[in-house]
Amino acid sequence: MFDVGRSSFIFLTKMTSELFVQYLLAGITYGSIYAIVAIGFNIIYNTTGIINFAQGEFVMFGGMIAITLLQFMPLPLAIILAVILTMIIGAGIEICFIRWLKAPSVLRLVIITIGISILSREVAVHVWGESIRSLPYFVGNEITSISILGARISPQVLWVVAASGLMFICLGIFFKTTSVGREMRACASNRKAATLCGINTENMVTLSFVLSAGMGALAGCMMSPITYSQYDMGTGLAIKGFTVAILGGLGSSGGAVAAGLLLGVIEAFSVSVVPLAFQDAIAIAILLIILFIRPQGLFGSKEASALKEF
Amino acid sequence: MLKIRNLASGYGKIKVLKNISMHVDAGEIVTIIGANGAGKTTLLSTIAGLVKATSGEASFKETNILKCKAATIPGLGCVMVPEGRQVFATMSVEENMLLGGHPVQKQGKAVINELLEHQYELFPILRDRKDQLAGTLSGGEQQMLAMGRALMSKPSLVMMDEPSTGLAPLIVKEIFQIIVRLRDEGNTVLLVEQNAKAALGIADRGYVLETGKIIVQGPAEDLLENKDVQRAYLGREK
Ligand SMILES: Nc1ncnc2c1ncn2[C@@H]1O[C@H](COP(=O)(O)OP(=O)(O)OP(=O)(O)O)[C@@H](O)[C@H]1O
Ligand SMILES: [Mg+2]
Repeated sequence: MFDVGRSSFIFLTKMTSELFVQYLLAGITYGSIYAIVAIGFNIIYNTTGIINFAQGEFVMFGGMIAITLLQFMPLPLAIILAVILTMIIGAGIEICFIRWLKAPSVLRLVIITIGISILSREVAVHVWGESIRSLPYFVGNEITSISILGARISPQVLWVVAASGLMFICLGIFFKTTSVGREMRACASNRKAATLCGINTENMVTLSFVLSAGMGALAGCMMSPITYSQYDMGTGLAIKGFTVAILGGLGSSGGAVAAGLLLGVIEAFSVSVVPLAFQDAIAIAILLIILFIRPQGLFGSKEASALKEF
Repeated sequence: MLKIRNLASGYGKIKVLKNISMHVDAGEIVTIIGANGAGKTTLLSTIAGLVKATSGEASFKETNILKCKAATIPGLGCVMVPEGRQVFATMSVEENMLLGGHPVQKQGKAVINELLEHQYELFPILRDRKDQLAGTLSGGEQQMLAMGRALMSKPSLVMMDEPSTGLAPLIVKEIFQIIVRLRDEGNTVLLVEQNAKAALGIADRGYVLETGKIIVQGPAEDLLENKDVQRAYLGREK
C-alpha cells in the first residue's frame, strides 16, 4: 500500500514531458492494436450479428504462422503468406461451423465461437508448443530507438501504428466506395432485403470472416516483435478488443479507434499509479462500468443505433 | 411467364399453402387478394425462394425456380417488393437504389446510371432525397424506394406485397398509378393486396386466397361482380 502511494507521488512530482510522451506513445501503440482487434469484432458483428470470440486467435495465428514461415523465406513474404493463410483459416471456420446453421440463436453462436477459440488454442499448442516466440524487429533490433519529442521509442511502434491506421483507412474506403463493401453493409442492415436484391448473403458472411481474420493476422505480425507471440495470447486480446468494441459502440469503426486509443493510454499511464499486475483489471473494470451505465457505448450514436437491425 | 402447379409450402411443421395452381402471363397485372393470414406473403416468399416449397412445381420463364437459391432469382428477372418496405435503413437512398441494381451490375456503369435515371423519373421524390438515410424517409417515400430499388434490376416480373399498407389514400392512388404505368411500359406485375377494390380496379386477372387455397379466380371484372368476393372482401352486400 505504501509502495503504491509513494510511486504515485513520484509520478505526480517527477513526471517530465519526456516521460509523458513516452507513456502516451506506449498507450497509442497498444491502443491501436486494441482498435484493430475491436474493428475485427465489428466487421463480423455488422454482417452477422455474431460476436466472434475467436477474434484474438486470428491475431495469434498471424504472428505464429509468420514466425514459422520466416525459417523458409524473407520477412515481408512470411508476413504476407501468414495473413493469407489466416484468411483461409477464417473462411474455413465460417464454412465449417457457422454457414450451415439455420437461424441460430445468439447464445448458440456465442458458445460456438468460444468453442472455436478453445479449439484454435489447442491446435496452436500442439503445433507450436507453449514457448514464447517473436518475429524480429522489422528495422534494427531491440535497442534501436528513435527520438520523438524527447521520448525514445522503438521504430516498431511506428510500424504498428502505421499499419493499424492504414488498415482503418483502407477498410473505410472499402466499405464506403466499393460495391462489395456496400453489399456487406446491406447484409448488416437487412439480410432479407439483401437476399431479395440478389446478394448472396452467405458469401458476404464468409467474406467478413476473411476480412477480420486478415486484419487480425496483420496486427499479430506487426505487434509480435514488441509483445511477443504465444499460443494463448488471443484470450487477453479478445477481452481487450471486446471492451473497446463495446466502449466505442458495437459496430462503429471510428468509435473503436477512439475507444482503443483511450484504453491504451489509460493503461499506459496507470502503470505509474497502480502496480503493473492491475493493468489488465482496468479493461475489465471499464467494460463492467460501461455495460452498467452506457450499454450503447461512449461513442454509439442514438440516431444510428435507432436504425440498426440488431 | 410464371407457372405454378400444386404448390405446397409452409414453415417447418406449419403447412400454410395447399395445392396452389396459378399463372401470370407477360404484360399482365395479376392480383392476389385474401384476408390476413391467408398465405399471400407465404406464396410470394415461396416464389422468391425465401420459403422452401414442400411439393409442387413453379417455373419462371422455363426455369424451375423451386430449385434455385433465393439470391439467384432476382438475376432471372423476378423480384419481390417485400411487405413492410424493408429498406436498408442505415444506408442512403441512392445506395439502396444501387443495391437493387446488383443483378445487372455486370452490364456496366452506363446501364446502372440509365436505370437509376429512369427510376428517379418515375419517383421524383427519391431524387430529392437521394443522400438521406432511408430509415428517415416517410412511409410513402419508403414504399417508393422499395419499388424503385426492385425496378433497378430491370425485372420482367415484379411481385409486390401490400404496397398500400399504412399509406394515406392520396399516396395509395399514386402508387397504383405507377403500377399501371409499369404495366403500360411492358412490365408484368403480381400484386398482393388487402385493398381488394383498388387492386381489382387496376388488375387484369385476380385470385382469391383463403386459408392457403385459391377459392376463386378469373378476370378482374368478374371478381368485382362475384357475390362471394363482394361480401367477403369488398364490404358490399346486395
Ligand atoms: N415465419 C413464420 N413462421 C411460422 N409461421 C408463419 C411464418 N410466417 C407466417 N406464418 C403463418 O403462415 C400463415 C400465413 O401467413 P402470411 O404471412 O402468408 O399471411 P398473409 O396472407 O400475407 O397475411 P397478411 O395479409 O396479414 O400479410 C399465418 O397463419 C402465419 O401465422
Ligand atoms: Mg402478408
